[in-house]
Amino acid sequence: MEIFGVPSALLGSQLLVGLINGSFYAILSLGLAIIFGLLNIINFTHGAQYMMGAFVAWIALNKLGINYWVALLFAPIVIGALGVLIERTMLRKLYKLDHLYGLLLTFGLALIFEGIFRDQYGISGQSYPVPELLQGGVNLGFMFLPIYRGWVVVAALTVCFATWFIIEKTKLGAYLRAGTENPQIVQALGINVPLLITFTYGFGVALAAFAGVLAAPIYQVSPLMGSNLIIVVFAVVVIGGMGSIMGSILTGIGLGLIEGLTRVFYPEASAVVVFVIMVIVLLVRPAGLFGRA
Amino acid sequence: MQTKKLTTLACAAAFAMLSGAASAQISGNTVKVGVLTDMSGTYSDLAGAGAVLATQMAIEDFIAEAKPAFKVEMVSADHQNKADIASNKAREWFEREGVDVATELVTTSTALAVMKVAKEMNRITLMSGPGSTPITNEQCNDLSVHYTYDTYALANGTAKAVTQQGGDTWYFLTADYAFGQALERDSSAVVTANGGKVLGSVRHPFPASDFSSFLLQAQASGAKIIGLANAGADTTNAIKQAAEFGVTPKQSLAGLLMFISDVHSLGLQSTQGMYLTTGFYWDLNDETRAWSKRFFDKHKRMPTMVQAGQYSSVMHYLRAVKAAGTDDSGKVMAQMKTTPINDFFAKNGRIRDDGRMIHDMYLAQVKKPDESKYPWDYYHIRQTIPADEAFLPLAQSKCPLVKK
Repeated sequence: MEIFGVPSALLGSQLLVGLINGSFYAILSLGLAIIFGLLNIINFTHGAQYMMGAFVAWIALNKLGINYWVALLFAPIVIGALGVLIERTMLRKLYKLDHLYGLLLTFGLALIFEGIFRDQYGISGQSYPVPELLQGGVNLGFMFLPIYRGWVVVAALTVCFATWFIIEKTKLGAYLRAGTENPQIVQALGINVPLLITFTYGFGVALAAFAGVLAAPIYQVSPLMGSNLIIVVFAVVVIGGMGSIMGSILTGIGLGLIEGLTRVFYPEASAVVVFVIMVIVLLVRPAGLFGRA
Repeated sequence: MQTKKLTTLACAAAFAMLSGAASAQISGNTVKVGVLTDMSGTYSDLAGAGAVLATQMAIEDFIAEAKPAFKVEMVSADHQNKADIASNKAREWFEREGVDVATELVTTSTALAVMKVAKEMNRITLMSGPGSTPITNEQCNDLSVHYTYDTYALANGTAKAVTQQGGDTWYFLTADYAFGQALERDSSAVVTANGGKVLGSVRHPFPASDFSSFLLQAQASGAKIIGLANAGADTTNAIKQAAEFGVTPKQSLAGLLMFISDVHSLGLQSTQGMYLTTGFYWDLNDETRAWSKRFFDKHKRMPTMVQAGQYSSVMHYLRAVKAAGTDDSGKVMAQMKTTPINDFFAKNGRIRDDGRMIHDMYLAQVKKPDESKYPWDYYHIRQTIPADEAFLPLAQSKCPLVKK
């Protein structure tokens, strides 16, 4: 059977691949959305933090013998701690200033981190093997699905929805939202707001590192892997509505699917389709699809 | 008064003659080599710092061997794979810093831009890194040398061998820019000429990181061979994901441009069995091993063909300057073209009128992990492609210098 001249099996497989990429976009844009929504910082270091997450997993495996499953926890903790350090020593001084200062600082940090890794490891990247348990694939009839990719969707979406739940439905999340809305009152209730903010930035960064570990067996672990992705992820956040948690998750998945379809019908446009959508959305709904104007 | 005038005139004439004589030799008694390369981007592992090191080695070896009366200096810069940055830097070097020769120039766009500036200012360009054939075809000039490889030689090596060995149906995964398209065009021609059939192609954005969609399309085509008409990180990611999606080993991949740095970073597990064409392999013979070991000691990585070619081209240039006794571009180029190249990189290599340096190329197959006995033991050399067959015949050249 064919749909618009494309075999339906191929279409089905492209949709599935789109969903897989979409879950990457979702988890990365979620981290960005949390940091922007709660801290008002446009975290341009996010791509570099994603890259460093992958590198920590690679270093952990090759130098320390730490396997993939431990790295899924280990790398986010290490990079999240680095995030805490950055927040405490640098970002904190910028909260009262315009967004632009935070953007410039984080952009500079991204260049420094990428430079360090490029100097140490070169540009071609390092190979990270797929963990033994997830090797191979299943034949779905219309496509061969690598088990690892299936796992990526499950892991990414689970973490995304757990994060949404914590922020929107729990007491801790309520403190967090209130703390950023009106820090003085929340502070007066005996809650340590600065600590809460530090924790939030660290958590957003840890999400990037987690995505990095998920990505390591799929892509070459390379110093530029983050900068290639980060612009698309920013577009996802803008389309979803800056700071909207659910918006970034749903938009991430949706754009992954649209990108997948573009690759079948007009592959040359697949790199720009996200930005075309961004332009249209900004014209029609300047606050983004899920943003509050 | 009259005598004083005469004396002044005589002195002036003598001075003019002297300075004339000096300028016919080496300007400023210094030969300055400029290395313009990618120091930080996609191609920095295959060229970059390694190419700068190779140039340094060539200069040191030349001074030790030839004990020239003139000085040799090197400058280097990062062109960031951008044509405008490359041509501005080259102009500055030629105009203000007395650079005699621009070298390396990985990425075709930077090479073409610098060739033009150099020709305008009567300087030589030696290109080891870029791949596209227009450099010695439509855009050729009499002061440029394309040294290490080109897309014709790559297609002629890999596509021909793979087609002749039964890989007769092809589907191309092509990076959507000038280099990828040239590589696809040259390879398709070779496949068809050898009785194969091209079933289709997909053009992917450059650069791309996720190839799964494109690989699924290639898989659906049912072609025996998926030709990767791309380079660097695009190639390595495509190879890695092809294994993941079960594309290989049912269908085979042909990397139309792969460097040893790519094989090294991917590992033999994902690259085993692949064919590739190269102008140089470090483990070919005692001479290549000796030089490569010296390179390795300083760089901690074995040289790519671009880096080895860079050494050879700079050495050939410096020897020509010494033999011609001048750094005048035209005379040096004439000397370079009449002298055969015999070193660890090339045997009986020669530079044709269109600027193409022709030398033997090699068809390599990547070893299986258990066949690799020591670090960087990566290739079986399956075939030597003789110089005369490896490159586009002059009769087919579109270079105005050789058109009858």
